[in-house]
Amino acid sequence: MSAGSEPLSISPGDCWASRAFRHPSFLAGAAITIMIAFMAALSLVWTPWDPTAIDIPSKLQGASPQHWLGTDQFGRDVLSMIMRGAVASMAVSILAVGLGAGLGVPLGLLAAQTRGFADHAIMRASDFVFAFPALLVAIMLREVFGPGWINAAVAIGVFNVPVFARVAYGAALPLWTRDFVLAARVAGKGPSRITLEHILPNMVSLVIVQATIQLSLGVLAEAALSYVGLGIQPPAPSWGRMLNEAQTFMALAPRLALLPGFAIIFTVLGLNLLGDGLRDVLDPRLARER
Amino acid sequence: MACGMFSTLAWLGSDDVALLDVEGLSLAINNIPLLDRVCLSVEPGQVLGLVGESGSGKSLTALSIMRLTPRGARAQGRILFGGRDLAALPERQMCAIRGREIGMIFQEPMTALNPLQTIGRQVAEGFRLHLGLSQREALNRAAGVLARVGLPPESIPLSRYPHELSGGQRQRVVVAMAVALEPKLIIADEPTTALDVTTQAQILRLLRRLVAETGAGLVLITHDLAVVNAMADHVAVMRGGQVLEQGRAAEFRTGARHPYARALLDSSRYAPPRRAPDLKAVTLLEVEGLVREYALPRRNPFRPAPRRRAVDGVSFAIRRGECLGLVGESGCGKSTTARAILALEPLQGGTIRFDGRGAANLSGAELLAFRRRVQMVFQDPYGSFDPRHKAGRIIAEPLRLLPDLTQPEARRRVAAALEEVGLAASDASKYPHEFSGGQRQRLAIARALITRPDLIVLDEPVSALDVSIRAQVLALLADLQARLGLSYLFISHDLGVVRAITDRVLVMRDGQIVEGGETAQVLQAPQHPYTRELVTAALRLDRAVSPQPDLAS
Repeated sequence: MSAGSEPLSISPGDCWASRAFRHPSFLAGAAITIMIAFMAALSLVWTPWDPTAIDIPSKLQGASPQHWLGTDQFGRDVLSMIMRGAVASMAVSILAVGLGAGLGVPLGLLAAQTRGFADHAIMRASDFVFAFPALLVAIMLREVFGPGWINAAVAIGVFNVPVFARVAYGAALPLWTRDFVLAARVAGKGPSRITLEHILPNMVSLVIVQATIQLSLGVLAEAALSYVGLGIQPPAPSWGRMLNEAQTFMALAPRLALLPGFAIIFTVLGLNLLGDGLRDVLDPRLARER
Repeated sequence: MACGMFSTLAWLGSDDVALLDVEGLSLAINNIPLLDRVCLSVEPGQVLGLVGESGSGKSLTALSIMRLTPRGARAQGRILFGGRDLAALPERQMCAIRGREIGMIFQEPMTALNPLQTIGRQVAEGFRLHLGLSQREALNRAAGVLARVGLPPESIPLSRYPHELSGGQRQRVVVAMAVALEPKLIIADEPTTALDVTTQAQILRLLRRLVAETGAGLVLITHDLAVVNAMADHVAVMRGGQVLEQGRAAEFRTGARHPYARALLDSSRYAPPRRAPDLKAVTLLEVEGLVREYALPRRNPFRPAPRRRAVDGVSFAIRRGECLGLVGESGCGKSTTARAILALEPLQGGTIRFDGRGAANLSGAELLAFRRRVQMVFQDPYGSFDPRHKAGRIIAEPLRLLPDLTQPEARRRVAAALEEVGLAASDASKYPHEFSGGQRQRLAIARALITRPDLIVLDEPVSALDVSIRAQVLALLADLQARLGLSYLFISHDLGVVRAITDRVLVMRDGQIVEGGETAQVLQAPQHPYTRELVTAALRLDRAVSPQPDLAS
């Protein structure tokens, strides 16, 4: 028995669905993420109250059958605001991750494929972007291009590009030394075709895992931008701005700050658990080695 | 006696008290039975060769004796060692035995050694742990042990780290750790499989000497029958978790009783029937003065980077229908040569002529036309397949070199290639991991055959395979060559395999070819000193490891 000489199979035929159903953090993460996504989708067609409707007479109420989570200083329904706030978080972080992965992964693959000059140019450029404090630059970009959720997403997405470029580059380099790539070259395939047919499919699981982690970071970044007033603009509700506005009423109604805070924590936790679980489920080798 | 089936063997009934007696050892991991009533016996100063193919349970037997089985393992049976039953001993007492009374040598020295500790500290560890010596005393004792295994502190200081040593030196450190406390029993699990043949002979000679000097028993686990022949006093053959046969090594060599043991012996000596080469055949590939240089990392930013010649002026020719062997130890440049011929690596010098036309530094359509006629088979069949593609797609990959091929014709070719290598056409819809090791190498050969090439470069095609499967693949290669008139460039470090299948052989060392000629002639009467060393270490291992080579011959 030569233990470890047989490579563990990582093929799709190895029934990753059955692994997923036995993986607790994947299940928990997926459940939370689906719940948040469902809440966001539902809020587009139905919320208990209009999240923007001001009703001063019933301001700062506690939980009641009419307002399950109470109302804020303008009498808006907190539950409705949190539900609609999920839309803002999700939209911004999904767009930011899409932008980052859409530009970063091809750049990383290109760097790994060409080596030489392009390799150095791409990877040093990502080092350059990494050298800037992300949030400050996002605030600066917003000042230049004006507020709005698309601009917020672009500002966050710019900093996702080097992250994905590095992940793709790091995953692709060892694949390029594998014998099956050599075999593909013997079969007459050019480098671009090898990247598309062999490198990309074999590293896509890593990109998916990184994407869920960047999603959770995107949620945090969106909340931070909204908190300083540069994210979603009023009257549309957002978790970050709810936190900001609740500051004044901390002593009077602490739940106004706690509820959006919990929503952020819950979402980030769910996405991180999902990412952890996905890593183990999509690539069982990583799970056994860690 | 628990081991009734072996009690008739004369040597078990001898008066010597056995050092280790494994009686009816069964082991299951997660309720999957892996060992089935294993019985073994080792006497002091003797070597027991434990032979079997991968998955036969030989390593698991060793781990069971050391009580190092993985989680979820349940063992039954008795392991008698010095009057105690190791199977029933509490873990605390077992810790005192491991390293102190039973030493273990592992296959891969690089992973068995701690990369962050000096070799002196690692060998000294046993003295501190079991004898309670101070660091200084322990290091003194370690220096003595390292000197005994051929690493005198004058030339190899104790302060060296594992990565600063060669593979053979590292394995000497592992041996030193195992024998430091003069254990009564040494278990060596494939101690030389990761080493080059000449280094293997040195390590085996060292183990021999240590056993003779200390009177310890040695359990030598190996898949290599040549190693067993050279080393063992007794042999036990395992398959499927059972010991099939056990007896004196001399008897085993001449008259193995169990059919499986006989088959194992036969396949290790297997040479496929081959036609005599046609000496008047035209030259197919001609290589002259091939040079491949690498730039090493710069030492000084103001000087050009130092360069290393992996292939240094290599010249040879292959005739049509011929099988040319290229042998050498790891790092000698044989694989680089192969890749350079296939234009997988750029050349810094030399010419390649294929079928009368220049073939060096080709590009574009010419390169595609060349690759259609020259294909390659890699050592690790699993690594050379994209794990996400099905067999049919993998085999069809080189067909893109034939752009005129229609879809149905391509499908017919895939089916034909699969059948040619002894697989079924329906196997095309399986994934690589669904095949066994031997089938995977057949798949790799099918992929190389599909463009109907003239020359196939085989880079260690059977090195990763068990002996019985190796024999089958060699037979397939010989058969294909005869039927399709193929030429082979057969790269291997294994002279036994080279002897079985090649017509001519080239011996390579440090990027240069030191000797070449008819295979039988080169292996019978090697001229170059390095070839002589290689041939002795590989084909006359028994002589190479005996303490006095002159007396033995």
